This record gives sequence, structure tokens and C-alpha cells, in this order.
Amino acid sequence: MVMEIVCPAGTPAALRAAVKAGAHTIYCGFADETNARNFPGLNFDRAEMREGVAFAHSHGTKVLIAINTFPRAGDEAIWHRAVSDAESCGADAVILADIGLLDYAARNHPGLRRHLSVQAAAANADVINFYADAFGVKRVVLPRVLSVPEIAAINAETEVETEVFVFGGLCVMAEGRCSLSSYATGLSPNMNGVCSPASHVEYHDDDGVLDARLGGYTIHRVEAKDSAPYPTLCKGCFSTGDKTGHLFEDAVSLNAEQLIPQLQKAGVIALKIEGRQRSRSYVAQVVRNFRAAVDALEAGKPMPEGMLARLSEGQAMTTGAYKKTWR
Amino acid sequence: MELTVGPNQFFWSADRWTSFHDDLASAPVDRVVLGELVCSKRLPFYQDRIPDAIGTLIEAGKEVALTSLALVTLKRERKLTSELAEMGVEVEINDLTALAHLPEGIRFSVGPLVNVYNEGTIAWLASRGAARICLPPELPLASVETLTAAATNLGVAIEVWGHGRLPLAISGRCYHARLHGRTKDNCQFACEDDPDGLDIQTLDGQPFLAMNGVQTLSDTYACAAYQIGALEKSGVAALRLSPQSNGFGELSRLYRQLLDGECDADHVADAIGRIDGNIRLSDGFLTGARGVDWSGKPAQP
Repeated sequence: MVMEIVCPAGTPAALRAAVKAGAHTIYCGFADETNARNFPGLNFDRAEMREGVAFAHSHGTKVLIAINTFPRAGDEAIWHRAVSDAESCGADAVILADIGLLDYAARNHPGLRRHLSVQAAAANADVINFYADAFGVKRVVLPRVLSVPEIAAINAETEVETEVFVFGGLCVMAEGRCSLSSYATGLSPNMNGVCSPASHVEYHDDDGVLDARLGGYTIHRVEAKDSAPYPTLCKGCFSTGDKTGHLFEDAVSLNAEQLIPQLQKAGVIALKIEGRQRSRSYVAQVVRNFRAAVDALEAGKPMPEGMLARLSEGQAMTTGAYKKTWR
Repeated sequence: MELTVGPNQFFWSADRWTSFHDDLASAPVDRVVLGELVCSKRLPFYQDRIPDAIGTLIEAGKEVALTSLALVTLKRERKLTSELAEMGVEVEINDLTALAHLPEGIRFSVGPLVNVYNEGTIAWLASRGAARICLPPELPLASVETLTAAATNLGVAIEVWGHGRLPLAISGRCYHARLHGRTKDNCQFACEDDPDGLDIQTLDGQPFLAMNGVQTLSDTYACAAYQIGALEKSGVAALRLSPQSNGFGELSRLYRQLLDGECDADHVADAIGRIDGNIRLSDGFLTGARGVDWSGKPAQP
């Protein structure tokens, strides 16, 4: 079976572009704090979601709705409503991370397919099977801490479908287990659906030196003629003792395109592309490339090479944890 | 309010580990959670000391629980996790994998690295046998209040992170190993030289974070001293103190005095500064705009 390309859509326009470019599946979220890409100007209101799902379905494309932040105490109704609205919009599945919300969805919307978000950081077969038993989870998005052989081992021990990230931003920390952003800015992926938020970013040009700061902390420093990378905390430049550098991760993004055949052998069902904040032209181009790759694989042809390098905006690429030496 | 000592987050020698837990027997704390939270590679160095430590603490009248790892990926980590309940004390789950291995209905506690953000999660955990939950340090006071009320109704005790460097992130990658140009599998235990984590500064020399193998901590030591009144009023059952290498006995006495109304928060902040003049404090997750913020007196050396 051809591997499923799961593509991000931050706007209705991006959704239509991705569908036309050949995405098998789209994932998106409502325009509020219920999803982990809660950025200004992004995501779908209820009417847009209904129309988006209808458009996708008319082209044979599935739509998954991410409701993958952790509901705030006292305000769970907002998240419950999102699950209910996802079902009435016709979503093919919801992507959830919170235990309470999974339990709620399983009890109140049993007919709505449940996927386990990467934000749940379910990193072994025992816990994945546990989520399946407890909440009827049918698919898990694996955290970016696993090597390809470890993914194969997981698939050998579970009936739950596995989906893995293959392209785009790379979390260095186990997803859903990181509060670096709220420590420095007060806003976090788990609680607010944002990481290293733009509202807390400042650039300072001082005497030929350009600093990129987050929450007042200098994260990058370059010569003013160069462009400073976005100050994502875990990819910043820090110092300890006599060493200065990217202590956690370089300013890289994930590209596992050349590992697609291995991922398929490892039993992975779906390949996920990060980037609901990306433009529709970016999304369309990435989808076309990945679709070509999985179609080539299915037809027994060699993988197209280096197809996506120019989309990485000059950033270095990594295969992340899929290769064990990354650790 | 009770005092709980959380599991040591750092890599200490077996002798240091043993003497720390021996000292806890006479410290004014009610509950001790021990075992390995951060990295399974550290465990063989002190694993055989755990049964004796449990025995000593129980004999001293302490409640004892055994923590799971915070991130379980490898086969031997899964095996370790599945064997936790065999030690005969309550298990504190810090990854849901540990719950997957507990017999259904058995009483357990939930550590701060499990994402408990709302009433629905508490209700589900309570239905599975959770008797006590230490909330994630990231939660603001308003959430603590709401969740404590919900938990109390279900007979679940709520604990709040009271003191110590904050566990901000866990990764598949070992940063200590990376710093020394090694991989996790060949780390040569680079983290053993940093009994409280390795300080990380920004390019401006501003203290920011601390490195602890696969874990990233805050530079600041969380200190809930100024929120004790609010926490007590909410019905919080216990304050968690996270082990540090320096002056922990005195620290536990200080917090005990504070809870007993024998001193005030200013006194605690001053005394922490005297234990270690390099400690910076924070309570921003509870009350501030950012986690790093501090509402009280600066600690004075």
C-alpha cells in the first residue's frame, strides 16, 4: 500500500493547495488555543472547517483535526466543544494528547476516530497499546526520539498504526514534555499551543551585531549583515564553562526523505509533514515532492534525490533521532 | 501540609546517594520518592542500594514511593518499568508506561512529569487508582486551586513543586554527552561531575538553564515559600522538595518551620541564600508572567 502523506494546512487556501498537490490526508486545527499551532492569523473557524472538509472529501482526501493542547483547568468545555465540532464538521479523525480529553472523546464520541498526538510522547509499544486499550486510539504519531530500528520494533508489537514526522521543524525535546518556552515567556506548547512565541521575540542591532532575543534572553548573535535565525529556545547558542555553541541542537530542520524506504520497511503507515504556519506554495511543493517519492517507492522505482533541499530556507537538514548517533 | 522529597534528578555516586537518603531518615519530611527518574544508564551504579534505603526510611516512619523513568524507550527500560511494583512500595508514575504495567486498581501516585492539566485527567487517573498527584510545575496558582478542589472531591491528595531546579524538558539526546563530543550510548557518564546540573548561560553571560544529561532544568531554584498561604487555603496536601547536593537537611527544616508558622517566607529566602549564595530563586510558574519570575526577596549570600 502506498504510504500516506499527511500534510499541514494552516489556512483554507493551504488546505485546497495541498489537496490539489496530491496530499492523501490534511491535518489542521480550529482558530483557538485547542491546537498546538495557535498562531495569529492561522487555522480555521467552524464554517471554514466544514467547507474545508467537504472540499477535501470531494477530492478523496481525508482531514484530521488536531485538538492537541492540554485543556486548561476550569475551561475543559472549550476543548470538549472542539471535539464535538470536529465530528459535526465531518473530520475523519481527531488528534488528541490529553488523557482527560481522550477519555471524554472515547465516551462521548465513540464513532469519531482517535489518533494520539505526538504531544503525548508515547515512545514505546507498551504505552501505545495502553492508549489503544484505554481510549481506543487507532494511530499514534511517534515522538521524535526514536531510531528507525526502534520504530520497527514498536510496529512489531502493536496493531496501532504509526505516523512519523519526515519534514519540517524538529522538536529536540520529547514533545508535550517541555516547558522551556513558558519558563522564558509564560507561554507554552502544552498550555497555549505556542513555542518560543513571536510576541516575545526582539531583534537588537547594536554596532554591527544583531541579537535575536526571546523573553529578554539572547538566543542568537550574528553580524548585522547576516540574518539571525528565529530564536527557538532549544536551537539557540549558549555557553557553559569555556564552551559556547548550540548546546541542544543546531539551527536545523528535519528531512527524512531518504529514509522513506526504511520507514516503510519499519511498518510506518503515514508520513507527516510539519508546518501549519507555512505558506500554501511551500505546502504544495513539499506535498508534490513527497507524493512523488512514495509513488516512486510503490512503483519500485528509485527515490528522487535531494528534492527538498531548497525549501529549507538555507537551513541545515538533519535526519534527527531516526539515526541513533543523533542522541 | 506535608513535605515530600522528590527523586534525585542528578547522577550522584552510590555513596552520596546512600548518605543523602540516610540523612532523610532524621529529616522532618513525611514522604520520600526515590529511584531513577532521568537516565536508565545511571541506575546500575546505585540500584543495589535502593532496598536498604527503602527499609531505613520506612523504619524511620516515612512513606516511601519508587519513581518510574520520565521517558521510557529502550527494551531494558520497559523491563525496568514493568518490575517497579515488585519492590513492594507505591509506584510514582512519571511516564504513562509505568501505569500500563501496574495491576489494574492498585494504588499509585502520579509525578510532576505526567501531564495533569485538568479535572478530566484527574478523574480518569483517580478511576485507575491514583491516590496522590504532584502537579506539573508549569501550572499557575489558579489551576492549582481548581485541580486541588477536583482532586479532593475524589479523595486524591495534591502535591505542588515547592523547591528545586525545575524539570523543564526531557529528550532522547544526551546533552552532556554532546558537549563532550560523544553520543548517548558512549556517554562515559559525562554528567557525573555536575551534582546539581551544569549551568548554562546566554551569550550575554546571563544564567538561564542547567544541563543534566537528557534533562534540561531551570537555572533558578523554584521556591514556593511566598505562596504557602494560598496553597494551604486551596487544600494542597504536600509540598515537594527536589534534592540538591548542598544543605538539603537544613532546607527541609526551613520549609517545615515555614509550614508550621514558625518563620516567614523572607526568612526562608534569606536562609536559602546562606546555604548557597549562588542560588537564584523563582516562583513565576505559580504567580508570575513567566516561569523564571520571582515575587519575593532576592536570596542574599
